[in-house]
Amino acid sequence: MALTDAQIERYSRHLILKEVGGKGQRKINEAKVFLVGAGGLGSPSALYLAAAGVGTLGIIDADTVDLSNLQRQILHTTDRVGVPKVESARQTLSALNPDIRINIFQDRISSSNILNLIRDYDIVLDGSDNFPTRFLVNDACFFLKKTLVSGSIFRFEGQVAVIKAHEGSPCYRCLYPEPPPAGLVPSCQEAGVLGVLAGTIGILQAAETLKEILGAGESLANGLVMYDALDMTFRTLKTRKNPQCALCGPNPTITTLLDYEQSCTMPSAAGNPA
Amino acid sequence: MPITVRIPSPLRKLTGGLGEVQTKADTVGGLIDALETAYPGIKERVCDEHGTVRRFVNIYVNEEDIRFLTSQDTPLKDGDHVSIVPAIAGGCA
Ligand SMILES: [Zn+2]
Repeated sequence: MALTDAQIERYSRHLILKEVGGKGQRKINEAKVFLVGAGGLGSPSALYLAAAGVGTLGIIDADTVDLSNLQRQILHTTDRVGVPKVESARQTLSALNPDIRINIFQDRISSSNILNLIRDYDIVLDGSDNFPTRFLVNDACFFLKKTLVSGSIFRFEGQVAVIKAHEGSPCYRCLYPEPPPAGLVPSCQEAGVLGVLAGTIGILQAAETLKEILGAGESLANGLVMYDALDMTFRTLKTRKNPQCALCGPNPTITTLLDYEQSCTMPSAAGNPA
Repeated sequence: MPITVRIPSPLRKLTGGLGEVQTKADTVGGLIDALETAYPGIKERVCDEHGTVRRFVNIYVNEEDIRFLTSQDTPLKDGDHVSIVPAIAGGCA
């Protein structure tokens, strides 16, 4: 599909990059990206992906906008407190770029809906706030051979990883086989988070997503980026496929989706939407 | 030149807020014990009751995961950079 005059103008700063160009911009326009969460991480990634012209954005989030979200969740505005986050996201993103298709789901992601939700997308961005969802998204992406761009934040620290286990690189379970038990890892709600950190990490996720769409540069599929805002340090650690991985190893024991219980006795591991 | 250890946010309460500490040790296991001496309580956060590094905590010597080296027997030399990296879940929805 040829770009219209308005698109040529809108995406002109992409078109003059040889790594993007007309061909790359068409790839972006045809790409379908699914975002788990329209919160701290989902906000900046969705904004930049929409601005870049990603043709279809799917967004799932069950929550409504709360005043305490606005310190970091830049998709939402003060006058939308009480509005479903996905509805607020649609308003912001379609105002930014009316060309793109935005599919919203006001729901919790679970083992019963995730496969149908992500099936038609190319790349999944995980910006969820709890371990059970992270493991579920990892497993579903592996089963459906989707690229997963994972981001997480805690206080002043963030992590980003690109997961393409279906292409032989490590999955999230290769890094962390199981969720931590109760009480050992406090949630953001308990621990706090520097608002702008969500921006830094969410935008790194968006950048890695665009690189995956374009096939440009060095993929982060075998690395984990750690960012520390207080020290102003980035470190890229090597990740490796775990030959005993229960999901992507040669003798998998996880062959269907699991639901880890999000019980209120383990608030720190299960998280709690703030 | 001692070994530099990166302390993740959840453990900084035990290091008086320090994100980076220096210590001396010949192996990763020895380093964990040295940290425990200097900052009591850190070992039980990093290791289980058998003294094995917990599955949701990864330790890297320079850029390599110790599970792909020789785990807690991985030797250390002066100037090495060790990172303790727990899984974090927050997206702050
Ligand atoms: Zn794996």
